[in-house]
Amino acid sequence: MVEQSDNLINLNNRVNSALEGGGIQRIKKQHQKGKLTARERLMVLLDEGSFEEFDMFVEHRETEFGMANNKIPGDGVVTGHGKINGRLVFVFSQDFTVFGGSLSETHAEKICKIMDKAMSVGAPIIGINDSGGARIQEGVASLGGYANVFQKTVLASGVIPQISLIMGPCAGGAVYAPAMTDFIFMVNKTSHMFVTGPDVVKTVTHEEVTHEELGGASTHTTKSSVADLAFDDDIQTLIQVRRFLDFLPQNNNEQAEQRDTEDPKDRSELSLDSLVPTDSTMPYDMLELILKVVDESDFFELQKDFAKNIIIGFGRLNGYSVGIVANQPMVLAGCLDINASKKAARFVRFCDCFNIPIITFVDVPGFMPGTDQEYGGIIKHGAKLLFAYGEATVPKITCIIRKAYGGAYDVMSSKHLRGDINYAWPSAEIAVMGPKGAVEIIFRDEAKDIKKVDALTEDYRKKFANPFVASSRGFIDDIILPKDTRKKVISALNMLKNKKLNNPWKKHDNIPL
Amino acid sequence: MFSKILIANRGEIACRVIRSAKRMGIKTISVFSDADRFANHVRLSDESMYIGKSESKESYLNLDAIIKAAKESEADAIHPGYGFLSENADFVDAVNKAGICFIGPSKEAISLMGDKIESKMLADKANVSTVPGFIGEVDGLKHAQEIADSIGYPVMIKASAGGGGKGMRVANNPQQVKDSLERARSEAQSSFGDDRIFIEKLIQQPRHIEIQVLADNFGNIIHLGERECSIQRRHQKVIEEAPSPFLDESLRSSMGEKAVDLARAVNYSSAGTIEFIVDNEKNFYFLEMNTRLQVEHPVTELITGVDIVEEMIRIANGEELRLNQQEVKFSGYAIECRAYAEDPARDFVPSIGRLIKYQEPNNIDKIRVDSGVSEGSEISRFYDPMIAKVISYGSSRKKAIDLMANALDSFVIRGIRNNISFMRNILSVDSFKEGNYSTDFISKVWPDGYIDSSLDEESFKIVIAIGAFIDCKFRYRHLTRSFVDMVCFINKKQIKLDYKYCDGVCTVHIGKVIYEVTSEWVPGEILFKCLVNNVSYLAQVDILNEGHKVNIKGNEYELKFRNEYTSNLTSFMPIKDDPDLSKYLISPMPGLLIRVGVEEGQKVRKGELLVVIDAMKMENILVADKDCVVKKVLKKQNDSLMIDDIIIEFE
Repeated sequence: MVEQSDNLINLNNRVNSALEGGGIQRIKKQHQKGKLTARERLMVLLDEGSFEEFDMFVEHRETEFGMANNKIPGDGVVTGHGKINGRLVFVFSQDFTVFGGSLSETHAEKICKIMDKAMSVGAPIIGINDSGGARIQEGVASLGGYANVFQKTVLASGVIPQISLIMGPCAGGAVYAPAMTDFIFMVNKTSHMFVTGPDVVKTVTHEEVTHEELGGASTHTTKSSVADLAFDDDIQTLIQVRRFLDFLPQNNNEQAEQRDTEDPKDRSELSLDSLVPTDSTMPYDMLELILKVVDESDFFELQKDFAKNIIIGFGRLNGYSVGIVANQPMVLAGCLDINASKKAARFVRFCDCFNIPIITFVDVPGFMPGTDQEYGGIIKHGAKLLFAYGEATVPKITCIIRKAYGGAYDVMSSKHLRGDINYAWPSAEIAVMGPKGAVEIIFRDEAKDIKKVDALTEDYRKKFANPFVASSRGFIDDIILPKDTRKKVISALNMLKNKKLNNPWKKHDNIPL
Repeated sequence: MFSKILIANRGEIACRVIRSAKRMGIKTISVFSDADRFANHVRLSDESMYIGKSESKESYLNLDAIIKAAKESEADAIHPGYGFLSENADFVDAVNKAGICFIGPSKEAISLMGDKIESKMLADKANVSTVPGFIGEVDGLKHAQEIADSIGYPVMIKASAGGGGKGMRVANNPQQVKDSLERARSEAQSSFGDDRIFIEKLIQQPRHIEIQVLADNFGNIIHLGERECSIQRRHQKVIEEAPSPFLDESLRSSMGEKAVDLARAVNYSSAGTIEFIVDNEKNFYFLEMNTRLQVEHPVTELITGVDIVEEMIRIANGEELRLNQQEVKFSGYAIECRAYAEDPARDFVPSIGRLIKYQEPNNIDKIRVDSGVSEGSEISRFYDPMIAKVISYGSSRKKAIDLMANALDSFVIRGIRNNISFMRNILSVDSFKEGNYSTDFISKVWPDGYIDSSLDEESFKIVIAIGAFIDCKFRYRHLTRSFVDMVCFINKKQIKLDYKYCDGVCTVHIGKVIYEVTSEWVPGEILFKCLVNNVSYLAQVDILNEGHKVNIKGNEYELKFRNEYTSNLTSFMPIKDDPDLSKYLISPMPGLLIRVGVEEGQKVRKGELLVVIDAMKMENILVADKDCVVKKVLKKQNDSLMIDDIIIEFE
């Protein structure tokens, strides 16, 4: 047996001590809460054996409050890189067992270091948040640390995909690091995000609210839309991130990898011919269309519990990743309101950043009316979606399924917003407004007689509530059979593969935020 | 021969009639309501006529609209199918008065046999034995209880004009007579517009066996043997077969003779069915006569080679029967399974919605599928929730069952709850395989409500092996990969395994056993055909976010595969507890709340009525499943309910 040198033994001891994080007792506690440790999470997230750690031996430099003798190697965050399904990603994972995962100056430096690396090699970054907040003992140094991370996040935005997983507390200023990343996934029951916790809330506003109500996963996926998705436990969340990452490219200069598929390009779906009910006031489930068009019915929906009147998510067509935006007539008749506009706008901009073509399925009766909406600023927020579509230079394929009324028609990736290929189903109704409303305005005098209104409405419907008027002007490139939607969209996508389009040079645009 | 026939019906039976008519060179006219504008029966027919709104009474029960449609389209005959107006004597009268031929029996035969009380009296006269009971109308509660006391409990309370299990209630004691009488009456009133009630003894362990007869207008009457219809849920047939495994040649001919006698007693013509109840000592009692084509007629057609619809048309056309009793030959075995839009796990409550995925098993030899829907069709709340009928034929009963099993395994229905897996499970029950069952089969096999039966150890491992193949294929595409020390999570169990995927073959090691799975399956397909160690299997697969569902032999499993490291950590994950629903009464079906039987604060005993929901033309009574106190009633009378709506909260 070869004897180990003292150096190797020493290293071994140090590694073992670092791997233990905050110690067995704290690890046990973490498990009792139904949570995994920082390292366990990375092992589940990354391909087996692929993790390469940085800065395992970094320790904090604080000397006040007795901290000089209280050092744990790694300082509360595990960082490095690894592979997900063979693709390089950078990761950081906060370790709640070490000083409650609190962020020190050195902790922040570790995060910044891998962010720099991710930027220089052009690979996605995944941050796992499980931290009590700032390291109070370090005071302003900790604040500086946060700000450094914020700044790097901002610069990385639109260059590499940034994904945040909230797997424990994430409170105070700390929330702004994930808030600026592209996607946030949470874990039901065991994760929370808020700027000020329930105690402060109570002191200031006298509101009594639980952690879960204030900043739990259900709050952020249904009410605030801060989080894109939530899953039931750590493992499920991490496994879904693996699935999710497959849809994204490495950086803004690359395309997402094409996935092998045996799903025929020309698969026709007869049942789509009967998807739209004959009565145009009846709803139908837009999700069925999406699932029947994408490869293998594999659709990764985002924000599915928020602003359900619009659907966003990733799918693949002939193996190519696409972003899908679709009005959902099952909810609020598919109207665009403030929430739906914001939800879709951010998604469209993400796709545009990362060269992911956008497929839009339209069934929109208009913008949601009401004081709520007007006072809330539907003008400004609706403009976000309009702006996002208008500035996007990736391939844009639109298919109008049924209603495309008024301004909402323009917004939903219309020809006029540089839509590359705009299809319509025969059931499409592209018009300035619904037949009844139009008749009441055009025939203001006759409109007092209900019988006449009905006749005029019917007349208007026949003349204008169809795809033919728009297509006669070239606003619609082709009217397609519903069953052929997949084939047509794939063929358009293929044609647009080498699309080049540049917006005029500018420092950046001024989207109505 | 007629040149044009109008079919006053919808769905599968309309399609069925059209098929025979077409083969005979007769043009067909279909009728449709708003909901059926694009239905299959409309597409299949030569012409079609709109008859009204979606509600049956505005369309398929709208006598005037149908006669008008027939006149306008110049139909010279009307086939009524089953249900709707098929046994309505007024309709027959109106058809005849319009100078159109009614393909079915005379209005006299219909009205005599349509009334359960009168028909029983008639059977008595014709020396056909009937179930002990009170022949006549029940006059009020007291009378009902007296009758029940005199014939002995348990008794069956039935709507005089009833059928299809509607308006039928069992009572075990005088108190239940009281509850049931009221409900049966109101159900009878709402279903048939006739609240007359009669009472008879409940036969224990009965089998429901019926005889098909054909009669022409020249006094020739033959029978085409029996159909065994004892597999029933909620008094409605699910699986029928012919011949009955219970009958012998002599019983068959004596039942056949009695059936013919009864048909003769009413001067019957056309196709008809005499239903009998047969007790465990092979005594048979006349139950009722159905003066129409039956849903389950195909099983008779398959074993006799007679096209019953064609014969009905010929008889109506004034032709003589083309065969006599001696010429009726039986060969082979036929089984019919009725695919329903319903949830077997929730007491068979109806389900409605769109057939998002729908593939019939229609390219299997000796399998016949009668249906009126296709992928994308809507199973609407307006009509019967039957989706399709699958009929298998084999030279032996076992062959017919095996073939049916294969057909059900291949039958893909998604978008609505359905009973395919349930029926597939019935086929695996020993007493069914032995042919040894009665009408209480379902409640005997599943006394606490339907659940999947569990597979034997070996089949269970095959499910896992299939799952491993799918895992490789879905996650890793064509890549050659090997996975060691993996764990399969399946139904709360964890099974260790290793697997390897190479060139379309997945080699799976579970313990010391090796399974080699080969399949042409590609992700996105539901049907999964494969060979496992050279034995072929047929499963259905649905991909989930993580893992997938595999349904094999009607049993569904959720599987996911994790590596050893991850699976070891799984025990730390919080177990998601299902919400406590015991404190709520949840609407098991979409429908209309027609009665709330309790008030807030009321103490309720187990078994007492809570609410009545009207759904799919049925009154569904929800009773308390334990003693409890009503805390809150959250819905009121005439509220429309969605599935899973909370109706009552208990303390």
